[in-house]
Amino acid sequence: MTTNAKTTVLNLTAEEFVHPGNRACSGCGLSVLYRIGTKALGRDCIFVVPPSCLTVMQGLYPIAASQLPILNGTFASTAAIATGVRAAMKRLGKKTQVVAWAGDGGTSDIGIQSLSGALERNEDFIYICYDNEAYMNTGVQRSGTTPQGGLTTTTPYAGKKEHSKNVPGIVAAHNPAYVATCSASYPLDFHDKLLRAKQIRGLKYIHIQTPCPPGWGCDERMTIKIGKAAVDCGLFDLYEIEDGRKVLSEPSRRLLDKSKQHPVRDYLKMQVRFKALSEAQIEAIQQRTDRKWDAYRQEFAEQ
Amino acid sequence: MSDKLINSGNTAAALAVQLAGAEVIAAYPITPQTPLTEKLSELIAAGKMAAEYVAVESEHSALGVCIGAASAGVRSFTATSSNGLLYMSEQLHWAAGARLPMVMCVVNRGVGAPWSVWNDHQDAISQRDTGWIQLFAKDHQEIVDTTLKAFRLAELVHIPVMVNYDGYYLSHTYMPFELPEAEAVKAFLPPYSYLHALDPGRPESLNTVTLPDARNDINGVKQGGYMDIRHNLHQEMRLAMEVWEEIDADFRQRFSRGGTPILDPYRCEDADFVVVAMGTLANQFHDIIDRLRQDEGLKVGVLALQMYRPFPTDRIAAALQSAKGVMVYEKGLSYGNQGALYADLKSALYPYPNRPRLHNFIVGLGGRDIRTDDLFQTLKEACRQDDSVAPEQQDPSHWIGLQL
Repeated sequence: MTTNAKTTVLNLTAEEFVHPGNRACSGCGLSVLYRIGTKALGRDCIFVVPPSCLTVMQGLYPIAASQLPILNGTFASTAAIATGVRAAMKRLGKKTQVVAWAGDGGTSDIGIQSLSGALERNEDFIYICYDNEAYMNTGVQRSGTTPQGGLTTTTPYAGKKEHSKNVPGIVAAHNPAYVATCSASYPLDFHDKLLRAKQIRGLKYIHIQTPCPPGWGCDERMTIKIGKAAVDCGLFDLYEIEDGRKVLSEPSRRLLDKSKQHPVRDYLKMQVRFKALSEAQIEAIQQRTDRKWDAYRQEFAEQ
Repeated sequence: MSDKLINSGNTAAALAVQLAGAEVIAAYPITPQTPLTEKLSELIAAGKMAAEYVAVESEHSALGVCIGAASAGVRSFTATSSNGLLYMSEQLHWAAGARLPMVMCVVNRGVGAPWSVWNDHQDAISQRDTGWIQLFAKDHQEIVDTTLKAFRLAELVHIPVMVNYDGYYLSHTYMPFELPEAEAVKAFLPPYSYLHALDPGRPESLNTVTLPDARNDINGVKQGGYMDIRHNLHQEMRLAMEVWEEIDADFRQRFSRGGTPILDPYRCEDADFVVVAMGTLANQFHDIIDRLRQDEGLKVGVLALQMYRPFPTDRIAAALQSAKGVMVYEKGLSYGNQGALYADLKSALYPYPNRPRLHNFIVGLGGRDIRTDDLFQTLKEACRQDDSVAPEQQDPSHWIGLQL
């Protein structure tokens, strides 16, 4: 688990690993994560990246937006390629940290087979999924993690009918070394969870809810506020699982006090993608969220 | 001392990979490849081979692991058959486009549907346009030698190499073969090095999105666009033929085997009629050639094609242009057209004014028995065919051994 010695903006490393100026959209949650995440990872790491917004953000040949070695690979095989890089590092006797960094489609849909295989083998690398809850790089199509009711270009008018996949839950069912959830709105929490992940052998999985202004339908200046609203209403919760023990992270832990939990409506109404939701649907989402948190309040009563 | 063994083709391949010093092996089981990877996992588990064995969850991931390892600067190997190769197809293109030196054995098998576990060449033929070098071995000794040479070729030209051999005919039969001495192999095959190996000390972004047009880098130096990069692959794949011949010559000097790296002729010097085939099928023709020469007085020979991609256009045209007839027997085709090898050969011979008459026979799909008598009769008839047969009647593929 992360310790109480939290990183703050005052002691965050000043060294930058990402060049100023990249191809991310303005207000992109991923660009915050990438900049802060690379500070936690440091120079001795190799990235494996499938097609995603990150592919474009990292620059078009022959220009790179990052100062780190990056291996771009096919959509379905991120975890397999990372396995190969890690196996090579082992043969070469290098401790270099291998980091797979994929989107939600590349993780929860097309990439889940190779991720499951790597989890089962407990490969020694960090897998980061930045979840902007749709195929944003191709123009906002539904993915396995698009929430119910969410409007996308392939779920027009009424929004997505199905619930989203609980990807960190699927990952946790493999009993890997470490699972954590993060939010782009709490980048230093992500930073410190990466620091923890670096200390652990085996597969470390970090799932980050990542607001996307053009995909979610909100103003670019709202990125951080929307991510915080998702946590405040309890729809998205931040936690760590280590050795099978689950601990809520601070921004979510305060919701164990029910009076601190905001209505989901506050979060949903900030985004155009949820405008098709009826009052009854919003109420159903509220009830589902309440049930989850009632269970958490029992589970974590002693925390 | 070199080691003389009698064992299966799959074991021959595994022992060659051990000798080559591959350090990352990733594979997924599929018949008839399975005993090859079982053997490698056994060698690694027994401490006889210093390598990582990754038991992946699919063929797509098997090649994914090899792509990762090769990009990170380590010699890697996988093997598959049939639908496993097809499941890798996207990764095949990727490995070639990324110019990764790696070797894969393909134990050739028919592809579904319907399911067949028996031999033909459709798996490899269907992947001929992926940018991989494709070699075909005819016996156990060739499996060993071709695999060893393939690693050196891949690493010299930075193009992945597929070593094909026939499922069951070679994979599961026992034949004698000789294994070179480990030290001699080390001298023949230098340590793996990859120019663009992933290295935090010298960061590079590999396989980045590349625009249609050439573009300046930060130093103002123009770098190729997608089409230029792909043109390099094509050009260097064509040049790989010469490199392959040089490697074979060096191998022959060291190990006293080889000498026919691209085309392996049998009684072709004075032949009026030449059979062209790949893999064990070419060897099956040796007795037929002898019989036709002896009993029928026909001057026939057989030319085994050892390298299918890059296609040795000039070499094969030069070898065949003075023949009266060329008969292509093959175990794979381009559905709706003709035998794939036949079409390639026809295009290679087209520029020559006195090109031979051509015949195409499809045999042995999905393990259908290739009867020596059928080969004998069809070849004899093709040799005796006179010029009164109109070209459009001569051209279609003839399927041998159909039972309905």
